[in-house]
Amino acid sequence: MKTITIDPITRLEGHGKIDIFLTDEGDVAQTYLQIPELRGFEKFCEGRPVEELPRIMTRICGVCPEAHHMASAKATDAVYHVDPPPAAKKLRELLYSAFFAGDHTTHFYALGGPDFVVGPTAPAAERNILGVIAKVGLEAGKRVIQQRAGAQEVVKILGGKAIHPVTSVPGGVTKGLTEQERQRIETLAKQFVEFAQFTLDVFDKIVLGNKEYVDLILGDVYNHKLYSMGTVDAQGKVNFYEGTIRVVDQVGKEFLAFQAKDYLQHLAEHVEPWSYLKFPFLKKVGWKGLVDGPDSGIYRATPLSRLNASSGMATPKAQAAYERMYATLGGKPVHATLATHWARVIESMYAAERTLELATDPEITSTDIRRMPTETPTEGVGCVEAPRGTLYHHYETDEKGMVRKVNLIVGTTNNHAAIALSVRTAAQKLIHKGVEATDGILNMVEMAFRAYDPCFGCATHALGQMPLEVRIRDAAGTVVQVFRQ
Amino acid sequence: MSKPKLAIYWAASCGGCDIAILDIEGKILDVAAAFDLALWPCAADFKKKDVEAMPEQSIDLCLFNGGIRSSENLEMAKLLRSRSKVLVAFGSCAQEGGIPGLANLFTHDELFARAYRDTPSTDNAGAVLPLLSSKVPEGELELPAIEPMLKTLDQVVDVDYYVPGCPPQPTQIWAVMETIIQGKPLPPKGSVVGAGDKTCCEECPRTREEKKIRHFRRPFEFFPEPTQCLLDQGIVCMGPATRSGCGGLCVAVGVPCRGCYGPPAGVRDQSAKMVSALASVIDSQDPDEIDAIIAEIADPVGTFNRFSLASSMFKRAGS
Repeated sequence: MKTITIDPITRLEGHGKIDIFLTDEGDVAQTYLQIPELRGFEKFCEGRPVEELPRIMTRICGVCPEAHHMASAKATDAVYHVDPPPAAKKLRELLYSAFFAGDHTTHFYALGGPDFVVGPTAPAAERNILGVIAKVGLEAGKRVIQQRAGAQEVVKILGGKAIHPVTSVPGGVTKGLTEQERQRIETLAKQFVEFAQFTLDVFDKIVLGNKEYVDLILGDVYNHKLYSMGTVDAQGKVNFYEGTIRVVDQVGKEFLAFQAKDYLQHLAEHVEPWSYLKFPFLKKVGWKGLVDGPDSGIYRATPLSRLNASSGMATPKAQAAYERMYATLGGKPVHATLATHWARVIESMYAAERTLELATDPEITSTDIRRMPTETPTEGVGCVEAPRGTLYHHYETDEKGMVRKVNLIVGTTNNHAAIALSVRTAAQKLIHKGVEATDGILNMVEMAFRAYDPCFGCATHALGQMPLEVRIRDAAGTVVQVFRQ
Repeated sequence: MSKPKLAIYWAASCGGCDIAILDIEGKILDVAAAFDLALWPCAADFKKKDVEAMPEQSIDLCLFNGGIRSSENLEMAKLLRSRSKVLVAFGSCAQEGGIPGLANLFTHDELFARAYRDTPSTDNAGAVLPLLSSKVPEGELELPAIEPMLKTLDQVVDVDYYVPGCPPQPTQIWAVMETIIQGKPLPPKGSVVGAGDKTCCEECPRTREEKKIRHFRRPFEFFPEPTQCLLDQGIVCMGPATRSGCGGLCVAVGVPCRGCYGPPAGVRDQSAKMVSALASVIDSQDPDEIDAIIAEIADPVGTFNRFSLASSMFKRAGS
């Protein structure tokens, strides 16, 4: 059988490879997305003092160490049965909101955006951040760099280090905010809001203003009816730091609502011998293989699924953008995978507005930021919405707080099955008998995973980043074409 | 005249080293002006086969981050060594294994059993494990091998320089880049660059007294006094056994050093250095009492060797 292999796939975080098998006629018989890494965090954290885990787990990923730091710190709170003071939670959420604003920006301009801003089938050499800058202007490029730098600065002020922050501990944080630091963060937060508006406008003009793109988003190449997962607050609004985990079905009806500590009742992971990455699914529905629809336990945990699972956004500008998206795309829920890019820029507005809200919260400079654990440590789950999906850290310790067991379900891992499905469908719709699998066509296959902003390094707790590769094999299994970027 | 060629690569790392390079911000444009990029998977579209096609020693500078965990990491290390004039072990993982090196406390089978069989969310009644080669209806799929131990870069190829840190701090990265861009003479082969030559304690903003430790305490057990040395307060802080260079970031925000800048100049093993530092400050002459005080240190191997286990003189039995 003829095979196309994309290896390494690019503009994502982590390793991956796509094998596309072709029939003798030249249609797609099957595709496989393989993830080739494992580092073993779940094992080697055994025997460590649990309060060290927020500083160890950050090394799962240097792109989103903030997410692992938060989920881990919340898990240690739960292990010690200690509830941090309100100001400590706000300081953590402030750091986390600023991080989100920066991370989503990076994806839009450097990873996912080039496919739209420069074009899906534009020359490979232009499909990158420089191509984006050439299109939107150098001034805008500078703003992108500034926005990233601003987000890193806030993380450094609050977390001690811009990469791999260290200040969240069981019961709170070790560092408060001075009035001078608060003012600096407020200034930056105002810039984040302006920049998020600029990005929404760019999306409007370049993507929504182009009928071809809108047709691509709404067409059947990138569309799967799957369950949607996201964390919501008491009012049902999207929240990144804490809340209830809600899953809605293919028509938007609530299917599950649970607390993070109960995740094992609702989620399980399937293993395949040909990938180092597992496939999570909803237990209530079950693992039915790589198929979509209500009878398949496959779900998504992405910016789009978070919006689908929520009743709206908790801040005004983000809420307006949310309403506009659903009005434009025909109501809730939206299953168009590429609309995830739109949801991501809406979330970056929420993150910016939330950063500003917290930076001006009267309690944010409080010195009551840490509560000492007094109870015997046992077991606990910590959960946040990472940029790439719901992140679960689950620890069990002995009575001295030494780690006995660790279990992790990481942002991108949630989406592993959905990504595999999206890649397969895109390949089937785009590659046919008589159609040459050009670089542009294969990039459009890659766009199916890029919408998820996948971090396979995170997902395998592995990172050893080499971008993905696509291989095309003939009916005898011989590799006839290899694409790497 | 053509510009010198720069390659940046990530093996078993977290990607934080690459992000740290981006964090030199506007100066990244100076780097772009001074070098032609030959490889940087996270930011540019060069392929492995492009590197394979290059003559030996045609890359002037290669910054290699991450440890060697898989057969693929090993293959890339060998390829980049042969194509590079100067190969730098960049960041803790390449230099000394980093946090993923803690996996060397366990066997390959233990890592796999935990990840794919024993974790409570795993639904795997058939006890399926990832295989190097699997048959699927359409053909055969292959995965690279996960090696029995994580190795440092210099355990598999010859290394010219080391830049420590998890991650290296952007100011230090820029200092190294600037030296090369300005064509200043390079230090002797094998040198640690982009760091200080003292210990982290020299950069610590806290006040030190003569140390007399009667109890070790874990960081969550009490509110440490904000200006006093953490080790003086009984918190195990790796400062005395760690090279200077980060600027004392962690200790400044109230958490102890964990040693990411590696051993100080002239020290072969970070944990041995830490043991000797602690031995001199325990305030007791009674062997039983000394044992009791030492027993208060939670997880010595995971603390003293947090970043350096793969390069330590201590090896797993049977390895």
